[in-house]
Amino acid sequence: MCSLEKRDRLFILKLTGDGEHRLNPNLLDSLRSTINQIRSDPSSSQSVLITTSDGKFFSNGYDLALAESNPSLSVVMDAKLRSLVADLISLPMPTIAAVTGHASAAGCILAMSHDYVLMRRDRGFLYMSELDIELIVPAWFMAVIRGKIGSPAARRDVMLTAAKVTADVGVKMGIVDSAYGSATETVEAAIKLGEEIVQRGGDGHVYGKMRESLLREVLIHTIGEYESGSSVVRSTGSKL
Amino acid sequence: MCTLEKRGVLFLLTLTGDGEHRFHPDTIATILSLLEQAKSQSTRGSILITTANGKFFSNGFDLAWAQTAGSKTGAANRLHQMVESFKPVVAALLDLPMPTIAALNGHAAAAGLMLALSHDYVFMRKDRGVLYMSEVDIGLSMPDYFSALVRAKIGTSAARRELLLSGKKIRGEEAVGFGIVDSAAYDSEEGVVEASVRLGEKLAAKKWSGEVYASIRKSLYPELCGILGLEARVFATPKL
Repeated sequence: MCSLEKRDRLFILKLTGDGEHRLNPNLLDSLRSTINQIRSDPSSSQSVLITTSDGKFFSNGYDLALAESNPSLSVVMDAKLRSLVADLISLPMPTIAAVTGHASAAGCILAMSHDYVLMRRDRGFLYMSELDIELIVPAWFMAVIRGKIGSPAARRDVMLTAAKVTADVGVKMGIVDSAYGSATETVEAAIKLGEEIVQRGGDGHVYGKMRESLLREVLIHTIGEYESGSSVVRSTGSKL
Repeated sequence: MCTLEKRGVLFLLTLTGDGEHRFHPDTIATILSLLEQAKSQSTRGSILITTANGKFFSNGFDLAWAQTAGSKTGAANRLHQMVESFKPVVAALLDLPMPTIAALNGHAAAAGLMLALSHDYVFMRKDRGVLYMSEVDIGLSMPDYFSALVRAKIGTSAARRELLLSGKKIRGEEAVGFGIVDSAAYDSEEGVVEASVRLGEKLAAKKWSGEVYASIRKSLYPELCGILGLEARVFATPKL
């Protein structure tokens, strides 16, 4: 499902195994519990999260076959991913997605829910597939798209052409921060970036609050107005 | 004044004749009815291309007609009538169950530019034609749905400022730089239309569901859709 490795101040979360890492209820629960584990770690506010994956896929989205066999599970998976994304947004540490495989639909949203997106350029693409497969795009997905993609033309290309966005195109569109020659190079770059961020110091709790504030619209769509408001109001113990 | 032709999968909407293609209430009603016609005949793979003949795409509302009301109040009422009746045209384009392309043969000003921006893609000429929001120069206030459309389609503060506050007359290459149009690589009316047809055919080949396309399109522009009273409809089962 997923593994967690700690390398000094870096938490490396990996979607394991050679499959499509479909976001079914079990994987989502596993990811959420791992994120909670990271959050409760005493060193969390001086650390960085890197999320990556084995194999050809970062994640190919929700488990649609499962949803077809049991339609109520669509709602369950969507609710669990919303909670996971809210957890990532409130996480008291910078987050890096090292995208070493295809990220489609919900999988693409998961990648984009990180502060930095590093991606290999030799294989794989980001793909909001919903237009092609005639799937509903939840309103909260659109909040992430609006929060993370600035250009109206890029948003249109991603959502209305179902573009298969390779890393270099992603960099031009402002979705991907940087592109690398291979999966290994991408992960190495993520680790290097993580270490640089750790070196800068700073308080992860403050960082997390800032991020919640910046992505408030996404939080409102994932966990609701009241919950998102109350988390912003909590004291940050600011240094004056 | 305005025709709708079917060329294979393409619906070609043309503002005919050599004039400024000003929007008089009759023109607006005709455009709306032709859009409804295209919608009723749409199938998977349908495309709309809107263009015009001559030096102008459209120079906006028929202000001369408003003036012939004979009084200041009369003129204001007529202008208000045109503003209100044009709103459903923008809504119809946002709701149209097919990709839409504006092929600008010439100048697009005020409501004429709004018509262009209501399309998914905008192409213009490199050598002829300017985009111009004249309102600041002639002392007209902007309808709320005009500003919402500008905010939806034009991403940068500088571009919005130059267009709306500076009253800049923006030529092809600059329009591309500002992100207002997708391309201005053409030096003839035929060139713009050909490019639109090429893009149209490429998009048509995907055979997307028009209903899905329109729903995703509307979800890209929630503020504008709110003002226009357009709701994104939820639709059925995905193709696995």
